[in-house]
Amino acid sequence: MRLDYIVRRVIQFVIVLWGAATLNFVLPRLSPGNPVRERLLNAMATGGVQQAGVEEMVRAYNEQFGLDKPLPVQYLLYLQHAFVLDFGYSIASYPAKVLNMIMAALPWTISLLLCSTLISFTVGTLLGALIAWPHSPRFLRHLVVPMMALSAIPFYLLGLVLVYLLAILIHMFPVSGGYTIGTIPGPTLSFFVDAVYHSILPALSIVLSAIGFWAIGMRGMMVTTEGEDYVVYAEAKGIPKQGIFLHYSLRNAILPQLTSLALSLGTIVSGAVVVEIVFAYPGVGSLLFQAISALDYFVIYGVVFMTVLAIAIATILLDLTYPLVDPRISYRSA
Amino acid sequence: MAHELTEHIEAPDDFAPTADVVPPRGSRTAVVLDYSRRNPDLVIGLVMVLALILVGIVGPLFVDVRTAQPTRALPGQPPSARYPLGTDEQGRNLLAVMVVGLPLTIKVGFLAGFVGVGIGTILGLTAGFVGGAVDTVISMIVDIILTVPGLLILITIAASIKSFISVEVLALVVASLAWPRPTRTIRSQVLTLRERGYIQVARRSGMSTPEIILKELLPNLMPYLAATFVTAVSATILASIGLEVLGLGPQNDPTIGMTIYWAILFNALLRGMWWWWLPPIVAIVMMFVGLFLISSGLDEFANPRRRRIV
Amino acid sequence: MSVPVHLRVEQAAARPDVLTVRDLRVYYHTLRGPVKAVDGVSFGLAPGDRLGLVGESGSGKSTIALTLMRMIKPPGRIEGGEVLLDGVDLLALSEEQMRRARLADIALVAQGAMSSLNPVKRIREQIADALAAHRDARADRITQSIPDLLQRVGLSPSVAGMFPHALSGGMKQRVVIAITISLRPKVIIADEPTSALDVVVQRQIMETLGNVQEEIGAGVILIGHDMGLMAQFVHRLGVMYAGALVELSDIAAMFREPLHPYTQLLIASLPSLTQRCLSGHPRPAAVAAKQAVWLPVPGALSQCDAGLCHSDATISGGATSPLGRVPPLRAIRRERPDDGRQTSAVSRDRPNCDADLTQYVHVRCLVQHRLCSLACGRSN
Repeated sequence: MRLDYIVRRVIQFVIVLWGAATLNFVLPRLSPGNPVRERLLNAMATGGVQQAGVEEMVRAYNEQFGLDKPLPVQYLLYLQHAFVLDFGYSIASYPAKVLNMIMAALPWTISLLLCSTLISFTVGTLLGALIAWPHSPRFLRHLVVPMMALSAIPFYLLGLVLVYLLAILIHMFPVSGGYTIGTIPGPTLSFFVDAVYHSILPALSIVLSAIGFWAIGMRGMMVTTEGEDYVVYAEAKGIPKQGIFLHYSLRNAILPQLTSLALSLGTIVSGAVVVEIVFAYPGVGSLLFQAISALDYFVIYGVVFMTVLAIAIATILLDLTYPLVDPRISYRSA
Repeated sequence: MAHELTEHIEAPDDFAPTADVVPPRGSRTAVVLDYSRRNPDLVIGLVMVLALILVGIVGPLFVDVRTAQPTRALPGQPPSARYPLGTDEQGRNLLAVMVVGLPLTIKVGFLAGFVGVGIGTILGLTAGFVGGAVDTVISMIVDIILTVPGLLILITIAASIKSFISVEVLALVVASLAWPRPTRTIRSQVLTLRERGYIQVARRSGMSTPEIILKELLPNLMPYLAATFVTAVSATILASIGLEVLGLGPQNDPTIGMTIYWAILFNALLRGMWWWWLPPIVAIVMMFVGLFLISSGLDEFANPRRRRIV
Repeated sequence: MSVPVHLRVEQAAARPDVLTVRDLRVYYHTLRGPVKAVDGVSFGLAPGDRLGLVGESGSGKSTIALTLMRMIKPPGRIEGGEVLLDGVDLLALSEEQMRRARLADIALVAQGAMSSLNPVKRIREQIADALAAHRDARADRITQSIPDLLQRVGLSPSVAGMFPHALSGGMKQRVVIAITISLRPKVIIADEPTSALDVVVQRQIMETLGNVQEEIGAGVILIGHDMGLMAQFVHRLGVMYAGALVELSDIAAMFREPLHPYTQLLIASLPSLTQRCLSGHPRPAAVAAKQAVWLPVPGALSQCDAGLCHSDATISGGATSPLGRVPPLRAIRRERPDDGRQTSAVSRDRPNCDADLTQYVHVRCLVQHRLCSLACGRSN
């Protein structure tokens, strides 16, 4: 019973990745002519890449992508490369390999996202549950409106406001960057502290807005759960209020909340990416932004594919833990 | 026993029919005011959104919209009597920019939302009502699309056609990923409604499927469609602004998102030119909060089971 | 001219009541005024006694169940009355005292027991947390282990490790019964415990309930709308209508001779294999179509809300006719009034509604040709 659930998820995982890769394959080939040469010429005109290296690059790419070969063969070659995460070379920063650029930026993004999401999910969910509970302190009810307002604001806009307030007006935090300019990144404590210090504002932008979202969602789930028969019966059994809250209401309301988490991963990542841009945080978001400005297509496609991969992995992990939380799942085909 | 019963069951003597003692429902305005008192979310949200739309309609009367283009005003001016919202580094009158940009942003949102919900309705109706293999295929595609980070895909698409982007093209790009969520919502609604009595009756009385969908399902779906539309517009505006802030919007139109993009590009934050980036943000926040309130109010209206107002 | 409502005092065993309900009133406060869900209900329950409560939806019977457990939530409120459990007024207890009383002294088998079990916890955890919640106060009452409890209700001890969704409806119901008796309460309230089960399982469950009740000597209040089930299980039956207890009597006597018109309707609506008429008369259809019974509108807001039409009006096609007052309840028959048993038959006058707007509705007993008792009476 568990097995076919896992198999289904894995199949979906593969399809998602295949879809993203195919999209990346199709898009540059939409315009006629040799897409690589066109892109390079374009990039030259706007970005100022040296003329001399262009023909070599075109040749290298033709070889790699097999642009002189028939389309199906190109596609297979492309898939082959995508499978090993080989996205070629960056146009703007030749000869840097796209994959290496991404790998340098990825840890920053992952740490930012992981911490922010963890904090906002746990705090937001708890807050939402408490707001919905009739026996919690009264003042919590007043938080509903601010939470709603916060959840309606996109992360990056909140980021802009925070930068202005806390970094420019009051110099509490650094305006941008992942670490103080001039320091050399390394595994030292001082660097670590510096990095954390720089990540507070970006994280705060994500956390403040996301908390509102999770809180409102959880509150809704709790309201639904409150009316369920087993909560009524728990009270009839004489279970104390806190026990009912924890083991009956919360424990059941968290299940749809987790589903909500799995579904919103895409949105959160998208929002976080733009936050990085606002803060010039050295994650994949900034990498993407620079690539867009420089029309560095291979970097763009590489970043997007890696992000889709990361989200797909996170989703499948979340899905696999779901049966542990909800005993009903493993017995049904989900 | 029987006699007792008979004895007491005669119609009473003081029988007299009363007039209709239920007070009349009241004038339309009274009913509206009454409902708005009980459902403040919807009303406040509508007021907020309408106010923003009004800015675009009434604005041109107060400000020359040509000054929303670059080099039409003195660059870099803080707010003053002449330029109530100041000007930006490229010489745009920011008040004019707001007046011109708000309708553009709203237009993108509505257009994309409309297309997205339109496609979503068709697909959702088909999947929900026809069911079977069609449903499985559509649902799987929708689920898969929903797991990917939409904004990133949009970025990819927009970056590939950067030079071609205008307001309408932007709307279409955003719409291309705006249909999965409405499809899912509408499909689940159709699944619920499909089992209702009147649908069953319609089916058995030989109505053709398109007829049933048009005449029986759609009218009952209207509240959900309205709520879905509002949510979709909110999402599409969010996506379009996201794209614009990255510079992937229409290069020559002063939409709200592009204004913020230019502001970031010209380091307005560091240079303390708050009048450049703050009004657009305020407008956006107002827009999103307003749309959120509308959808929350519509939810209470459309979903009687969750009604809190008796 | 008014319609009296008939009450009959039952034969009583000379045991002191374990539960005494006096003039219980529970109102739901809506924007359009209070709905008197329970309006002056009184009855008593002895140990080992089985009392049934029937009535249509909205008559207030489930509200009584929740009220006895003091689980009424706003907008409902207990407006008045007494609920004496072994001399202690449950309505006067503190929150914490009432919490301890639940399950240990008075236990509920809730409506929708199918979904009364927490879906994410194993059965044994759900029994254990109930026991743990009462551990300090009632340690002495916990005499049985969980496997024993399960066996008492006819379940295999292996059920303890399972999740609720793995059990059938009947099994879940038994688990609920097991929890209910785990602390040997004095009163068990069973609110439609078998409404979602098929008749075979229904019988098994009721048997189980009956057995465990006898073992622990509790009093049972069975709430439902299945007259057949009541006939087989309870000793006495109370009929709820529009928030009032309009008839309360020994079950055999009630079936033999129902006094209140609503009771008569209820009993008459039972399909009969042999009889077509309670008093044996053949029933002319035309006569039945014309008969009418005057009854107060159930669920009417404050009995004075003239705007409401009971849905029965559409069945009868008749007009709604307002009368001056709600008819008072009156005791019809008292057997052995001085046997020390508290009578729940009290006649009282209801106040005139200010606007004189009470409405009465024709209830025509047509549709089923078996509803002939009234016709039979009339045709005499």
